[in-house]
Amino acid sequence: MAKSVKELGKQWMISSFSKRGFSTACSTLKSSSSSSSTMEKQSGKSVNLFTAVNQALYIALETDPNAYLFGEDVSFGGVFRCSTGLADQFGSKRVFNTPLCEQGIVGFGIGLAAMGNRAIAEVQFADYIFPAFDQIVNEAAKFRYRSGNQFNCGGLTIRTPYGAVGHGGHYHSQSPESFFCQVPGLKVTFHSASIGALHVEVFILYLQSPAQAKVKVVIPRSPKQEKGLLLASIRDPNPVIFFEPKWLYRLAVEEVPEDDYMFPLSEAEVIRHGSDITLVGWGSQLAVMEQACVDAEKEGISCELIDLKTLIPWDKETVEASVRKTGRLLVSHEAPVTGGFGAEISASIMERCFSRLEAPVARTCGLDTPFPLVFEPFFMPTKNKILDAIKATVNY
Amino acid sequence: MMNLTKLISSASSSSAASRSKTLISSSSSLLNRSFSTDDSKVLTIETSIPFTAHNCEPPSRTVETTEKELLGFFKEMALMRRMEIAADSLYKSKLIRGFCHLYDGQEAVAVGMEAAITKKDCIITAYRDHCIFLGRGGTLVEAFSELMGRRDGCSKGKGGSMHFYKKDSGFYGGHGIVGAQVPLGIGLSFAQKYNKDEAVTFAMYGDGAANQGQLFEALNIAALWDLPAILVCENNHYGMGTAEWRAAKSPAYYKRGDYVPGLKVDGMDAFAVKQACKFAKEHVLQKGPIILEMDTYRYHGHSMSDPGSTYRTRDEISGVRQERDPVERIRKLVLAHDLATEKELKDMEKEIRKEVDDAIAQAKESPMPEPSELFTNVYVKGFGVESYGADRKEVRAVLP
Repeated sequence: MAKSVKELGKQWMISSFSKRGFSTACSTLKSSSSSSSTMEKQSGKSVNLFTAVNQALYIALETDPNAYLFGEDVSFGGVFRCSTGLADQFGSKRVFNTPLCEQGIVGFGIGLAAMGNRAIAEVQFADYIFPAFDQIVNEAAKFRYRSGNQFNCGGLTIRTPYGAVGHGGHYHSQSPESFFCQVPGLKVTFHSASIGALHVEVFILYLQSPAQAKVKVVIPRSPKQEKGLLLASIRDPNPVIFFEPKWLYRLAVEEVPEDDYMFPLSEAEVIRHGSDITLVGWGSQLAVMEQACVDAEKEGISCELIDLKTLIPWDKETVEASVRKTGRLLVSHEAPVTGGFGAEISASIMERCFSRLEAPVARTCGLDTPFPLVFEPFFMPTKNKILDAIKATVNY
Repeated sequence: MMNLTKLISSASSSSAASRSKTLISSSSSLLNRSFSTDDSKVLTIETSIPFTAHNCEPPSRTVETTEKELLGFFKEMALMRRMEIAADSLYKSKLIRGFCHLYDGQEAVAVGMEAAITKKDCIITAYRDHCIFLGRGGTLVEAFSELMGRRDGCSKGKGGSMHFYKKDSGFYGGHGIVGAQVPLGIGLSFAQKYNKDEAVTFAMYGDGAANQGQLFEALNIAALWDLPAILVCENNHYGMGTAEWRAAKSPAYYKRGDYVPGLKVDGMDAFAVKQACKFAKEHVLQKGPIILEMDTYRYHGHSMSDPGSTYRTRDEISGVRQERDPVERIRKLVLAHDLATEKELKDMEKEIRKEVDDAIAQAKESPMPEPSELFTNVYVKGFGVESYGADRKEVRAVLP
């Protein structure tokens, strides 16, 4: 495994090393979702999601000598094997284990980034991000704003695996993205994935700030998306929280171009076109929603599915355009429904499309309970729950 | 076998026997075979190595015990060992879901600590909690039921491996987030002091958690107000997959308290642990907190998804097994004091094995919790909410 990664790495080195400078804004990104069709023509190996993460990290470290990767157990590959081989390749000065202290890890990353470096911090599970909450919310997100843009930690990217895995229990399953979406200064991105024949796309959630001071939240849906979005997040000039769907690390396999490419943050993608209802989601939930769309189609309902990808700042225009077409909206996420990001999407679309809506905005989300151990199937926004909500909304 | 029957006494009411009664689930054949040992006969045992102290006078290496206690230690530790091995295979057969952290190798800490304290004293620990729960008097059936998420579990099947609790004997449970339980433990000790309970709290954490900031916050509070808190650092030398020396500038965790005294203890020697805990309890009731660093080792990986062999050598693991194994140490002591023969101990282990198998069978019979339990114990109940499994053919639970 490690060997093949290294070999792949060599190929990238030849093919793409030093081809590109660093983007400082999303607009300079090399590829956009609209050009992803060209991407598909390029040769790519079929790899799973954690390998795509590994490729992205490799490129990030290879192309920027000031990039550092650190976190708990990262140097021997990390618990999800995302950083396999990287310590061997780039040395223990750039890829290293930290003590077990999330607050310290993130605070350290902020300082490192403040000196103009790319600090790629890993929080081993999104459930463990809360000890670092203060550093993220009070330090990272406000650094640029309160220093009058003298300092920033834009080079900081916090990668963290989120979401259910089928049996994770209370502390290895949570989806805490909405906590960070109320923090101007952060970006939140999600990774989504394709599962088997079903192509599920990456969702990124993006936190938007008035100036360039925001933390962003990004969540991808598939290996290809993961790579492009992670690289974009790492190179984004704002602190980004990058949520990776851990359920898909091994499950999602897709052709991933071997070269260095990025997808724009804060740009949603319509991954399935339809006319009766718009579905919005991110990360691993897209795979579930896609299945619901397929089932709904059998019953004559045409669904449009949007991968939001970045939660903060999020792409309202794409969602609004779609809802103007369909007149109906359903949002689905694993996090509990109350105070989830679905509520924000619902409110915004209500404001923008009130006269066009033909039914209340539906939310199919996790329940308002702690993430349960044995009741996970009851808690989760499953395909049938989404299908029921689609039908109820269309027949409203 | 002949010798064995000689050793069997009539039903005993000794403290060691009552401990094993709570330890072992009812209907246990072990219950009926407490060895006839002289409870009043005091044995003195030398700890393996001297204690190393920081800012305090270390206790004596000579530990007093009884024949009954010595044999009881063997039983309890062998039972814990067997339980963890069984949990390993249950996890691999997917009967245990969630994350599961095993305690084998560290049994001497749970058993030695329990021998020095009472149920009025509180224990709070992290997620490696199965054996602490047994030590506090939990039963095997409760443990296995909880592991498998069944109704008879100690947390009604709602907690799983990391969340064992036992309120009636002051076990404030298993906590999932590294280091988070230690400040809670300090709160417990404040309540004990305020209520003049003359009891203490053992707040347990690992060497990985020792680097968490909240630990130092907790320590400062405890020292500032002279709280009866014993911070027990179970140093198994690996914080998940990172060796202590890679993560800690000073791996001398007993000295980490600076102004708080500390004691380094051989955590593979149940009698050293007992002596240290007895000493610590007296200390904290008079002088405020202390840190006990238990030098121990876990044979399994950090959790079930960690094979435990990528960051340490197999030689290291087998070396500890041969040189320092806590169960083997007690076995040798039992044999040296002629309390049982090797065969009798083997037979005892066989019975323990059966005991564990029976408990597993019983736990498997226990049903899953009612689906409506999903909505209990949250502040706002999901009144009128309906939920159902992935497959709508499943029974739909209409919640209260």
